[in-house]
Amino acid sequence: MSTASIPLTKSAPLSFETRVRSLKLAIVASLLLIWEAMARSGLLFEDVVPSIVVVVAALGGVLVDPVFYSNLAITAWEVGTAILVGGVTGLAVGFVLGNSRFLSRAYEPFLYYLGPTPKIIFFPLLIMWFGIGPGSKAALGALSSFFPIAIATAAAIRSVDPILLRVGASFRLSRWQTFYKIFLPAIRGPLTNGFRLGLGIAIIGTVLAETKLSNQGIGYLIIQTYTTFNMARMYALLLLLFAIAILLNAALSRLARRFGA
Amino acid sequence: MTTSFRRRDYRPAALAWASLILVFCLVEALIRTGVLSVYVVPLPSSIVAAIPRVVAEESIGRRLLLTGGEALGASVLLIVVGTGLGILLYRSRLVRAATENWIAAFAAAPLILAYPLFLVIFGRNALTIVMLGFLAGLAPMILKTVEGLSIVRRSLLNVGRSFNLSEWDLFWKIHFPAAVPTIFTGIRLSLIFALINIFGLEFLINFGGLGQLINELAERYDLPGTYVAIGFVILVSVCFFIVIERLERWLRPGG
Repeated sequence: MSTASIPLTKSAPLSFETRVRSLKLAIVASLLLIWEAMARSGLLFEDVVPSIVVVVAALGGVLVDPVFYSNLAITAWEVGTAILVGGVTGLAVGFVLGNSRFLSRAYEPFLYYLGPTPKIIFFPLLIMWFGIGPGSKAALGALSSFFPIAIATAAAIRSVDPILLRVGASFRLSRWQTFYKIFLPAIRGPLTNGFRLGLGIAIIGTVLAETKLSNQGIGYLIIQTYTTFNMARMYALLLLLFAIAILLNAALSRLARRFGA
Repeated sequence: MTTSFRRRDYRPAALAWASLILVFCLVEALIRTGVLSVYVVPLPSSIVAAIPRVVAEESIGRRLLLTGGEALGASVLLIVVGTGLGILLYRSRLVRAATENWIAAFAAAPLILAYPLFLVIFGRNALTIVMLGFLAGLAPMILKTVEGLSIVRRSLLNVGRSFNLSEWDLFWKIHFPAAVPTIFTGIRLSLIFALINIFGLEFLINFGGLGQLINELAERYDLPGTYVAIGFVILVSVCFFIVIERLERWLRPGG
């Protein structure tokens, strides 16, 4: 087929989606170019703004470094313990407060106002109670995650349709059966959202505590790069940590949406 | 005509205060009987007794001013830059569609974990604290500004158009004032994020006002003083949240 047979028409305007995609690519490319230009310009300290090539090489180095994975495992253990302890206590407290209007009015203001205070300030006390090992980091993570989970559980319990509870009562369900056959399925969406918030805050609390006083964990690795001024490795570790936190957040968000939150 | 009085129920508040006092008494008794070590948990009575000492000797007023100054710096930056970027995003549908998800992801990013990076860039000073506080609160400020401007009632805009208002007047006389309550929600959220990060960073880098005080007292092993300082930070945070919440309610239509 010859090209001459194709009629020459005015090119159609780009669709909105294509323009959005192009703009996204342009923004990313511009940011990378600006970064690289700053790194090579000599206007800033080379160590503070290292070249992207150097950061990517450091990222590769971190990913094949067994030290990174052993420290990641420690942080994962601390965060896992934190979310387990903070989650179970938050769930229990939220369940009690959600079921009693009187207790909710008495104690929920404490949760509401203490929730947004910075939990890292409790770290000196937690060191006294749990020592300087992983226990105090897990405790800080648990304390951080307790508040969003308790508040989310209490609110979710209050939103359960009373008809479901009356149906349960007509079947003579025990308290435990009512909890896991009616409450848990009905609140799983908002509860997953509460755990999502709790997990994010538990990661922050645990890693911050590691940067303050620790000899292991991802927070310790990050603060080590600061003390040795290894900026490329610091960028690599921060990028990996941010990626893990954002991916976990996205996964739990998707799960919460699937549960109807 | 009958007058009905709705009595406020003080019993929940009474229970809450009674519980607090009970916990204090219980901890005091457990320490005095030797069940809890006084080297781990100080006597609640010694914490109360330490309040005047900490207030007098640790220059609480100066520290409060320092933390307040940092919070004010971050707030001004947040309101000016956050609202400005929000307005720009609202006015350009293309840029909004390209960046809104990124801004939402930025809001979920644990930015405070990058504080060693801020220390390298800005140094160990108040600027680091202000910048981290500002960046921590930026995303909610932008998103709420965009949301506020997007939900303005069409009828209000039509009234403006019927008066032949220019685009500029339409924005500043109708669009923006109608969006102010939602924008204020953004200010509240972003200031909460900023304040959490400011206190946290002061403690972590041992610089500044109230956050640093906790670190200093803990390093001196002044346990009652540490508890007092923590209590003071909680009190300041709670007062701040209450004030800003009241302001937001006052600004909301029918609030």
